[in-house]
Amino acid sequence: MSFEAISNFVAAFFTLSIFSFLYKDNPFYKFAEAMFVGVTMGYAIPLVYYNTFIPFVYRPIFIEHNFIILIPALMGSLYIFRFSKNLSWLSRYPIVFGMAIIGMGVPLSMHAYVLVQMRIAMMPIDNINTFIIFVGTITILLYFFFSKAHKGVYGKITNIGIWYMMVGFGASFGYTVMARISLLIGRIQFLMGDWLHLMK
Amino acid sequence: MKRQIPLLIVIILGFIFAIHTFVPHKASADFYDWYQTWIKALSPFMVLLGIMSLFMVNTAKIQRKIPGWQYSVITLLSLIVTGAVGFIWGTQEGTPFMWLFKNVQMPMGATMFSLLAFYIASAAYKAFRARSIEATVLLVAAIIVMLGQVPIGMAISKWIPETSSWILNVPNLAAKRGIGLGVGLGMTATSLKILLGIERTYLGGGD
Repeated sequence: MSFEAISNFVAAFFTLSIFSFLYKDNPFYKFAEAMFVGVTMGYAIPLVYYNTFIPFVYRPIFIEHNFIILIPALMGSLYIFRFSKNLSWLSRYPIVFGMAIIGMGVPLSMHAYVLVQMRIAMMPIDNINTFIIFVGTITILLYFFFSKAHKGVYGKITNIGIWYMMVGFGASFGYTVMARISLLIGRIQFLMGDWLHLMK
Repeated sequence: MKRQIPLLIVIILGFIFAIHTFVPHKASADFYDWYQTWIKALSPFMVLLGIMSLFMVNTAKIQRKIPGWQYSVITLLSLIVTGAVGFIWGTQEGTPFMWLFKNVQMPMGATMFSLLAFYIASAAYKAFRARSIEATVLLVAAIIVMLGQVPIGMAISKWIPETSSWILNVPNLAAKRGIGLGVGLGMTATSLKILLGIERTYLGGGD
């Protein structure tokens, strides 16, 4: 048995273990699930160490002697006090230090998600499609205005917004299903091709 | 003071960053660079918190011998082995670490997500049984978009891919824009609430 065959066998074993959940919850699935959690977390540890800890903590402090970095490093270590009953308040410092960036979020989210979107929405209505988009945007915004009861003529207008949203949700759903089917096809191709050699 | 000082840090630094967006002065840019350096130095410790949490949850299960504790042993062992393999042999292509990724982590991740194809289909059947006109609209849009992405759609009719493309570019765009504007306003309002100290749940419980 070649090394590649052993590798494929291992991958096929875990693939089939996960698929076994389609029948019902069973020890093979639980084993694979537990392994998946551990391996995923274990995979992150060396990557974070080599790609973040070494260049941004170890190198500045121990090689470049930029000792000011000791402050954020010590602040970061305060995270572990999250598990202490009496000292959990210390873990707030690294959290709030990261949270402060929210100040930039106020003008930037207003700009990117509201102003830019409004500017794009205010294009000339020169064909039927731009008219449909305009009507959809307005009726959806009216739907989300809850200060007025959705009754009578206003209710009928907001209903059009619901229709638009349903089309949008349907399109998103269709895309999600196709992405999952694509992954499924990939796994079936692996089992039938790479592992069992039943197809080329 | 255990809550007030962290709150003050968010408010003061938050307002500095809000001003930074409008004032492209060198001092402001330098301050932002300094902040970025500190955040990068702080970030590895977040992963440490995650690892500790996983260890604590699983060791508690093992110590109490609660049903299925053996799986916690597997989780911890696989975590330790994968981490150790990465530190001993490195993380480059061709190492045992990458072998574990390609033959254990990646197949399981892809299979786990592909499982959703089955559940999403059964959930869709339950949810979309065309009980109302809105559900029918959703169902029809989903079917056309799905058929529009695969060759069988083109084989049935050349209108299916065209209709699918129209749905995505016109009514779907309007829906995304309308919802996006609402989300944007919500994000701005929530950010403002945090900045002004009205929203404090991120500080956690206790004193």
